[in-house]
Amino acid sequence: MIGTVIQTSFRALRRDRGAFVMSFILPIGFFTIFGFVFGSMRGSSTPRVTVLVVDQDHSDASRVLVAGLEHEPSLHAITHPGPTRENPAPADYTAATAEAAVRNGDAPAALIIPAGFGANPVAFGPGGQRPTFTILHDSSDPVAAQVVAGMLQKTVMTSLPATMATMGSQYFDREVGGLTSEQRKQMQLGLARLRQLQDQQTQNGSTAGQGTASIANSAPDNGGIVAVNVRDVVGEKKKSPMISYYAAGVGVMFLLFTASGAGGSLLDESDSGALDRVLSARVTMTALLLGKLIWSALLAFAQLTIMFLWAALIFHLDFFSHLPGFVVMTAITSFAVASFGMLLASLARTRGQLAAFSTLIILTMSALGGSMFPKFIMSDAMLRVGYFTFNSWAIEGYQKIFWRDEPIRSLGPEAAVLLTSGVVLFLLARWFARKWEYT
Amino acid sequence: MAASRNNPEPVAAEALPLQVDDVVKRFGAVTAVAGVSFAIAPGACFGLLGPNGAGKSTLIRSIVGRVRLDAGSIAIFGHSVSSAAARADLGWVPQELAIYPLLTCRENLQAFGKYQGLRGRVLHDAIAWCLEWAALADRAGSPVKTLSGGMKRRLNMAAGLIHRPRLVLLDEPTVGVDPQSRNRIFEMVEALRSAGTTIIYTTHYMEEAERLCDRIAIIDHGQIIAEGTKEELVSRSFGSRSSVTIHVGATQIDLAAWAQARGGTAQDGVVHCSVERPSEIADLLEAATHDRLEILDVTMQRPNLESVFLHLTGKELRS
Repeated sequence: MIGTVIQTSFRALRRDRGAFVMSFILPIGFFTIFGFVFGSMRGSSTPRVTVLVVDQDHSDASRVLVAGLEHEPSLHAITHPGPTRENPAPADYTAATAEAAVRNGDAPAALIIPAGFGANPVAFGPGGQRPTFTILHDSSDPVAAQVVAGMLQKTVMTSLPATMATMGSQYFDREVGGLTSEQRKQMQLGLARLRQLQDQQTQNGSTAGQGTASIANSAPDNGGIVAVNVRDVVGEKKKSPMISYYAAGVGVMFLLFTASGAGGSLLDESDSGALDRVLSARVTMTALLLGKLIWSALLAFAQLTIMFLWAALIFHLDFFSHLPGFVVMTAITSFAVASFGMLLASLARTRGQLAAFSTLIILTMSALGGSMFPKFIMSDAMLRVGYFTFNSWAIEGYQKIFWRDEPIRSLGPEAAVLLTSGVVLFLLARWFARKWEYT
Repeated sequence: MAASRNNPEPVAAEALPLQVDDVVKRFGAVTAVAGVSFAIAPGACFGLLGPNGAGKSTLIRSIVGRVRLDAGSIAIFGHSVSSAAARADLGWVPQELAIYPLLTCRENLQAFGKYQGLRGRVLHDAIAWCLEWAALADRAGSPVKTLSGGMKRRLNMAAGLIHRPRLVLLDEPTVGVDPQSRNRIFEMVEALRSAGTTIIYTTHYMEEAERLCDRIAIIDHGQIIAEGTKEELVSRSFGSRSSVTIHVGATQIDLAAWAQARGGTAQDGVVHCSVERPSEIADLLEAATHDRLEILDVTMQRPNLESVFLHLTGKELRS
């Protein structure tokens, strides 16, 4: 008897080939996504932190430090913006342009090497005459500043051996009450060898590859060998850095599920015969799909609105002062996900197929696009893949509005991508919906 | 029932409610409809009968414009089935309960009325008429899922007639309902006929076709194999002869060949023959005894539609 129940269930699943295949592909696919996100294809579990480096010192020591930062595997140190058609040779970042770039979301942090660094680069213990480094930070990425501060301490130590020794000898000389001339001569010879080695390291970039530095001691205080001041330039007055991020991320993920379900009503109506009856009346397939699309988009709009209102009520998200931007982002996001739901429904032949297919795609998009894990823990490769998801573009748009307080016109790229995707997906859905039109 | 709403296209006075000409529809190597032609006169109730797999469903879907024909044409009051005018003149009641289960009766009628282009007062009046016609006025606010099977069937019919079409296609409207509900549906159909509506009626119940239809077409293997009034069909198949049904016990001989040799058919131990006079039964029985057939039961009756169907298709209608 029990065997018959099992056999019947197996036969039913096997007949629905799409659902059958998906039931095995889904866990493997999702496992792979997690593997990419947390295991990283590069063999390292620590993603690189992009940091804009501003050299205000222009000394030999600062150049050596910049070279060391550029070769640090945990950092993606950039000294100037990428070339464009209008500006093929862009100038190096200044404190102002780097701060603007961080505010714009181009990087989570910028490091400013202060003037005077070369003259007095390190100090042993707090206090002293050393100049203070500044890290400009977007606090929506709580990891970046700590990583940059920690890597700065490490790079100074590994890339400036001669400087370290010079400063150490001066410290020793001062503390012991002076060296003999013979001792001073021997020390100068040793320092010359170290400077030669430092130059070679700068040319070869050999400070890199010495293992991933620990960031456990990277708190931006003045207890290290260089003094660091961390300043939040984005979200300094915000209460909860990640609330708008997750309101958008989680909201879009569930929007995708809702849109898939709403699109699935086409399959229900096809099964019941209601679709045939509707299409035999004065309703065209295009009008029917448009009706379903608008309904699905309105539903998505309402869902996101409630989600953000809840965030305002419980987590004190500043919702009402960002209302126009919210309306724009929510309208285009709702349209895009509704089109996506239409396409999924038009591709599926059964509800089972739709459920399996949409679960795989939506969870994958959500994982890659930042709905499940914050983007700052993802590798550059994963972030690039994330640009093929609605989630990533929607989250970016909402962050612009709620986190960076950018004007609506800054939503151009997100609006263009989401609207274009929505139109293309709807046209594809219309194409595949021909199967319901005539036999 | 009143005539349909305003028709934007001029219609020739002689245009028939339905004109089907040489319709062919193939699905790959299978020809579902193989050159079907027939026409229906205004106000008639036309029965379309056929065994399962005969091509009936494809023909029905062709009439409602849901099939791309490989050849031939179908016109509704002179208009192509894909035209807006044809859609306005045709009401389709599908075999499935093609209604929204979570909506109420009124909401369903409202939705299908709007799909047919009705608005405002016209829609309001159409809903009221449908609820009255289907005897569902007291359940207008009830969700479909709370209705009995018969009520759902009646609402299914009403949804197909919300736009008051001149031609109505009822596809097995009584399937799965109890006798009481079936009688109610008969009354609804007869009310339509009284109002001058032209009806196409498909069913698996011969008594329904005999009771409601003026003319009947029998379709098999994608072709119309007979068409006419009930009397014409019986006369063409049997003349003035009566049908004889003989139930026989298990036998070693080829019963189909035995029956064929006597102008009849055999299926599942039942022999169907015809005789001109009752006395001819004796000859059949004598032959059966001679061939060692064990006779269990013998009946003779004047042929009816069931007999015609069996005679022409070799199958029971409800098999």
